[in-house]
Amino acid sequence: MHQPYRVRRYRMFDIGTNHNYFDTDEETDLNNARVLRKVAQKSYRPAGEVFSALLRTHPEFKFAISITGTLVEQLEKHDPYTLKLYQDMVNTGRVEIVGETYYHSLASLYSMPEFVRQVRMHRDMIQRVFGVVPRVFRNTELVYTNHVAEWAERAGYKGILAEGWDGVLQGRSPAFLYQPSNTTSIKALLKHYKLSDDVAFRFGDSSWSGYPVTADKFANWIHAHHGNGNTVNLFMDYETFGEHQWADKGIFDFMRHLPRAIMAHPDTVFMTPSETADAYPTVDSFDVPHVLTWADTERDLSAWVGNDIQKSAIEDTYALEQDVLRTYDAGIIEDWRKLQTSDHFYYMCTKYFNDGDVHAYFNPYENPYEAYIAHRNALEDLKHRIERYTVR
Amino acid sequence: MKILMFGWEFPPFNSGGLGVACKGLTRALAAEGTDITFVMPRAVPVTDTHMQFKFPTSSDVVFKTVNVLLSPYRTPEEYATLRRSGLGGTFARDLFGEVERYALYAQAIARTETYDVIHAHDWLAFPAGVAAKRVSGKPLVLHVHLPSVDQGGGHGFDPRVFQLEKEAFAVADKCIAVSQRVKDALVNDYGVRESKVVVVYNGLDLEDVSAFEKMSAERVADIHDDPIALFMGRLTLHKAPDKFLDAAPLVLSKCPEARFIIAGSGEVEHQLIRQAASRGFANRVHFSGFVRDAERTKLLTGADVLVMPSVAEPFGLVALEASASGTPVIVSKQSGVAEVLRHALKVDFWDVHALANDILAVFKYQALKQQLMHSGGLEARAATWDHAARACIDVYNTLGVAYARA
Repeated sequence: MHQPYRVRRYRMFDIGTNHNYFDTDEETDLNNARVLRKVAQKSYRPAGEVFSALLRTHPEFKFAISITGTLVEQLEKHDPYTLKLYQDMVNTGRVEIVGETYYHSLASLYSMPEFVRQVRMHRDMIQRVFGVVPRVFRNTELVYTNHVAEWAERAGYKGILAEGWDGVLQGRSPAFLYQPSNTTSIKALLKHYKLSDDVAFRFGDSSWSGYPVTADKFANWIHAHHGNGNTVNLFMDYETFGEHQWADKGIFDFMRHLPRAIMAHPDTVFMTPSETADAYPTVDSFDVPHVLTWADTERDLSAWVGNDIQKSAIEDTYALEQDVLRTYDAGIIEDWRKLQTSDHFYYMCTKYFNDGDVHAYFNPYENPYEAYIAHRNALEDLKHRIERYTVR
Repeated sequence: MKILMFGWEFPPFNSGGLGVACKGLTRALAAEGTDITFVMPRAVPVTDTHMQFKFPTSSDVVFKTVNVLLSPYRTPEEYATLRRSGLGGTFARDLFGEVERYALYAQAIARTETYDVIHAHDWLAFPAGVAAKRVSGKPLVLHVHLPSVDQGGGHGFDPRVFQLEKEAFAVADKCIAVSQRVKDALVNDYGVRESKVVVVYNGLDLEDVSAFEKMSAERVADIHDDPIALFMGRLTLHKAPDKFLDAAPLVLSKCPEARFIIAGSGEVEHQLIRQAASRGFANRVHFSGFVRDAERTKLLTGADVLVMPSVAEPFGLVALEASASGTPVIVSKQSGVAEVLRHALKVDFWDVHALANDILAVFKYQALKQQLMHSGGLEARAATWDHAARACIDVYNTLGVAYARA
């Protein structure tokens, strides 16, 4: 679950005079409060009600949530009722919260110290808001390398989520746990992308051969793994429920029926990620020297840093790290971190121009260049603010 | 496949954007193996050999040759002014008289030529196309480069022209619009059936692409070291050079070394010069007048950004040319070319703040400038007339004109 702080149409003429990068009253998808209300109404609230009801009626039903700091902040401010819905679910003890960066950033690729600080911020926030401590880690957009897994083991996590990508699995099944390279105790839980995407991407697609997918049909696909797997890990954007797949296409009805259908097979149980890590041994090693993500057909970073403006924007952002931190100015540090959220760089992506895959691409800006200019202008103002501390 | 095509002008003589488009399209159509007879209302010294030209000078023409002073972007009102001024040769009573004469000539041509399809460009040639269809019964395609509702950004609107267009669209078998926004105008303002209109974007000459590539590679960034924003086009209000100038002080407030070049001539030139002088930044604004050839190329490739803030622009070829030569472009969202160029900055023509912001961004952010130069260049150089020609042939084919590629 995630919402960024989108940068408003922050202009060159705001630099040095107006330090508000994120709040706007305009009636567009750049108005963060407006987007939050919309998504809460379409997804967070109705989906939360469905899952709450399932937790009451199905004592075996369990799942996990990964929720970012930027979303929790915005829910606390604009929609505490919906946040309460999720706090109550976590209180049942059957909904696990997974660890990640507070700002949904790509910091692990640019600054490990900053990455670690953001993960700690997230852990502290989760403890304050939900009263639990994450035991399993998932990085932004499932960004994964051996390096990240090694860090997660040292940080005490028992599991780490990754994409179950054929390029790495080489014919092996994602339905087992794997041992990340150079680690001994942490276990990799791999996303079963076919079944996950059947729900997340294809559920409402009437041209798909599996359409329409019913709870029973989907449960059968899961049951087919009995005898040749330990776990089927379904990871997806939470906004799948009601925002990407609409209520009138039946996504909520599907979820209402799914636990019963899955439990129909006596050997099937629901587990949270940490329970899964506890329950099964690793069967083989998982070696990912180069970045693996869950995005697009490439499973790489090209949606975030695929072109020159993206690379420049993210490098310019992280280049400010030392200067930002040296100010000890909480406002400057917070704004800098909000500008690290991966969504900003995604909005600057131009690769979808070519592959006609635009349907999967959402951008609140009219084009990627507008996104770059707004973000870059905000960075420029941030530099001005920093200079007030350094020029003495 | 033989095409009988009616135009109004052709380069290099008295050529506006319409003539350039006709030349680009016909060359590409000829390269696709079609035979074109291109008809114009008067003789002009053409040098092109890719098709046959017909003018009302040959003996088979039944009416007297007229020597007119016309361009497709002149409104009937402007025509009347010019006629009073005594410029040019023999004038018909008004512009409609010229258009009527042209249609009569078209009728004569249509009887003697053999062809499979009729293709006419813009309203001045529409009656000619309609007349040819009446005589021959051949399918008629009307190519809309500038609908009169857009003429002068809507200020030049003439109900008689509108009526003439509307009647012609009703007779036509298919209409070609140079952009989606022109198609929308045809559907919404003229009531043309949506399925009758096909969008075919203008393009660049395929043989110019390597020249553009070379320009892009050898960009002369050294006209001046100061960052330069360029406006290039006719100085009329619907091209919004005044908005370009309105943005100048905003840009200068953040970037005092910026320079603004206005290349073109037209009715608001003096107004613009006064505007620049009265605001005290005349030394940062340069009026080059109308430029062509080497000087034009030098400006296009020497600028750091080309700005086309038009109030209404059916297409806007200059933005495509600038982009092809490796110059970042800012175009108004009210332009047809904005539909084609994705690697471009886009602003609403009235939003001077956004325009100034984007000019400054190109000046200051190297990664942005480099990517617009590179990706914009690749994209623009791929937008060539041969795509348009094939799209036209597809249109002819839907009209039952049998065509096997030569």
